[in-house]
Amino acid sequence: MSKLIIEPSPHIKSPVTTQKIMLCVIIALLPALAASIWIFGLRALVMTVVCCASCVIFEWAVRKIMKRSSTIGDLSAVVTGMLLAFNLPVTLPFYMAVIGCFVAIVVVKQFFGGLGQNFANPAITARIVLMLSFTSYMTSWAEPFYYRQPELVTTSTPLAGESAASLSDLFFGTVGGCIGETCALALLIGGIFLVVIKVISPVTPLCFIGTVFVLSLISTGGSIEGAVAAILSGGLMLGAIFMATDYATTPITTKGKIIFGIGCGLVTMLIRCFGTMPEGVSYSILIMNILTPLIDRFTVPKPFGAAKKTGGTNK
Amino acid sequence: MLLHQIHLPHYKNSAESATAELPLPDKVIISMAQHIGAPCSPTVAVGDKVKIGDIIGDSDAVMSAPVHASVSGTVTAITDVLHISGRNMKSVVIESDGKGEISERVKPPVINTRADFLKAVRDSGSIGLGGAGFPTHVKLGYDPKENQPDCLIINGAECEPYITSDYRCFIEEGEEVLNGILLILKYLGIPNCIIGIEKNKPLAIEKMQKLCEPYPHITVKPLKSSYPQGAEKTLIFSTTKRIVGAGKLPLSTGCIVVNSSTAPFISQYIKTGMPLVRRRITVDGNIVGKPANFSAAVGMSIGEIVYYAELTDKPDRIILGGPMMGACAFDIDYPLAKTNNAVLLFANTEKYSQTNCIKCGRCVRACSMNLLPTELETAYDARDAAALEKLNVNLCVNCGACSYVCPAKRNLAEKNQLAKAFLRDYNAKNVKEGK
Repeated sequence: MSKLIIEPSPHIKSPVTTQKIMLCVIIALLPALAASIWIFGLRALVMTVVCCASCVIFEWAVRKIMKRSSTIGDLSAVVTGMLLAFNLPVTLPFYMAVIGCFVAIVVVKQFFGGLGQNFANPAITARIVLMLSFTSYMTSWAEPFYYRQPELVTTSTPLAGESAASLSDLFFGTVGGCIGETCALALLIGGIFLVVIKVISPVTPLCFIGTVFVLSLISTGGSIEGAVAAILSGGLMLGAIFMATDYATTPITTKGKIIFGIGCGLVTMLIRCFGTMPEGVSYSILIMNILTPLIDRFTVPKPFGAAKKTGGTNK
Repeated sequence: MLLHQIHLPHYKNSAESATAELPLPDKVIISMAQHIGAPCSPTVAVGDKVKIGDIIGDSDAVMSAPVHASVSGTVTAITDVLHISGRNMKSVVIESDGKGEISERVKPPVINTRADFLKAVRDSGSIGLGGAGFPTHVKLGYDPKENQPDCLIINGAECEPYITSDYRCFIEEGEEVLNGILLILKYLGIPNCIIGIEKNKPLAIEKMQKLCEPYPHITVKPLKSSYPQGAEKTLIFSTTKRIVGAGKLPLSTGCIVVNSSTAPFISQYIKTGMPLVRRRITVDGNIVGKPANFSAAVGMSIGEIVYYAELTDKPDRIILGGPMMGACAFDIDYPLAKTNNAVLLFANTEKYSQTNCIKCGRCVRACSMNLLPTELETAYDARDAAALEKLNVNLCVNCGACSYVCPAKRNLAEKNQLAKAFLRDYNAKNVKEGK
């Protein structure tokens, strides 16, 4: 008698794996990477490679030290590396970026149990740590196409006030800013790709961007152009499409995602309008990350056929 | 309201293979546990001569149906055989005399009343042929004063991949399906019937629609091809928009669901008196050269049946039933049971290992009962009875959709089953201790 496998049902599994999902996110980030190389030069690519490599090495090393199985194969460290690089100014010294990778992978992700267990988005938290540690480096943005000029010129982001970037500049990303956040077009292409292949739900980005749009409309006194500029500038597109849709740190249900998205938009606008910082996307996502378990608790779906009144057990 | 469902590949490779009647085997092993409920006790002894249709096992329990000999010959042993449930079950072994003689007691039953009809259904040994094996006479034997259903639903969804035995039943025995429906409606006094068939079986829909034309109270409802369309609560919702409350029976909504292969069997039994001794079975899988449908004697060895479907390799997994809810056989010589609508054989399929839950929510969006499989897993791992109860683990129908969609390949459906058993034991212990 030959040996037979005995296993619980179901006996077939969908071909979707964690690794394939991460690969799709990486592919979705490639248009923004290409745009960043065009806008900020080869150093944008080098920065991305440095971040990805350090994230993977940190993940491998920390798992090794903790005597746990290696998880670099799931590619999530690469995604974190790319997202972190996209959130950094192109001129940032590499060692600072490596510190950011350490914070993201070791402190935020692995100390809490690894993939899926972290409560805050690793790349966002690392960016905030760098922002607080190296504020001046983190807030001096190179001019677009600075690499073609003899001298390095830095600029503020359009959100910081005086500069008047045109809508087309904002849409194509030819403005100052972090590596991967400026080109709204490239980010939208990636986002639509992820929605079409059903890796992310469009609910969170739409609620996030929609809330910012509506609140900007109100705060600018009904200027459509101003509101469009508001959703195209800063890290909003990058944050809404790629960071606010992170599985582990955002609510599971659609209702929860709506609350999360609107909350992110609200906090972003509060910071942009009343805060001392020019940009609030990363803080808003971090705050909503922390609120996610609470949102999940309040948005438990009603089981099919369950009594209208919840609470207590059925039967 | 939209129910959560998932899309599965269909793999209906055997759809156009007409049912081939397999010859009677030399030996059958007939388990006394052919249905949900109390297993039967053998009513024959070693050395007895039996003919096809003779009763070999019966029980006084309500939740049971008699078991009949599927070959003529001599009872050579009554032994324990490892059942698919993992328990040893009494089984009757019959060596065939090769004559295939039919018992004298096989004659059409005389039916005048509802009680006669229900008795005939019980005598036929009929159980739900879709896989769960609920005794048909128990299902139909409800108390009409308490709950009189107004709608009979025929479950022809066949939402599991690979299986085509219900489909072949519509194509080959559509008239009998209709006749079975008319009999049930007549004797139970149910006014309406809906036949639910998934849209991936257009020929079956067309055929049944044509047959049902003269009967305005019988309608054919084409259903979306999605999983688990054939699950009882899902099917009731898809056909009638009625919702079965948590912990309630379908009867509470005025519906009664019968499998599409059970109806024609009842019709044939009433014509001929031949009890349930053969059934239609789909043979498929990645090492099956000729995916096919066979009609085989209950108790025939699976190994003998699949021989006719030309295996191209040695199987490393044998699944009885569909790939989503079927169970693994321990042995290729496992005997065919009344509930087995398919046998699937696989070798060298892709193996996945479990990784961390990434909280993607795919299982939540897949759950037709709107549960939270990922939270249930956490609650079970912590053996948290209160949380399991609050998350309604007992509503899980074990369709397996959560495990199927999980990118981390976690066995969520298995955890739900374990959680239900844990909760049962936990509550029983509390009752015992008077808490």
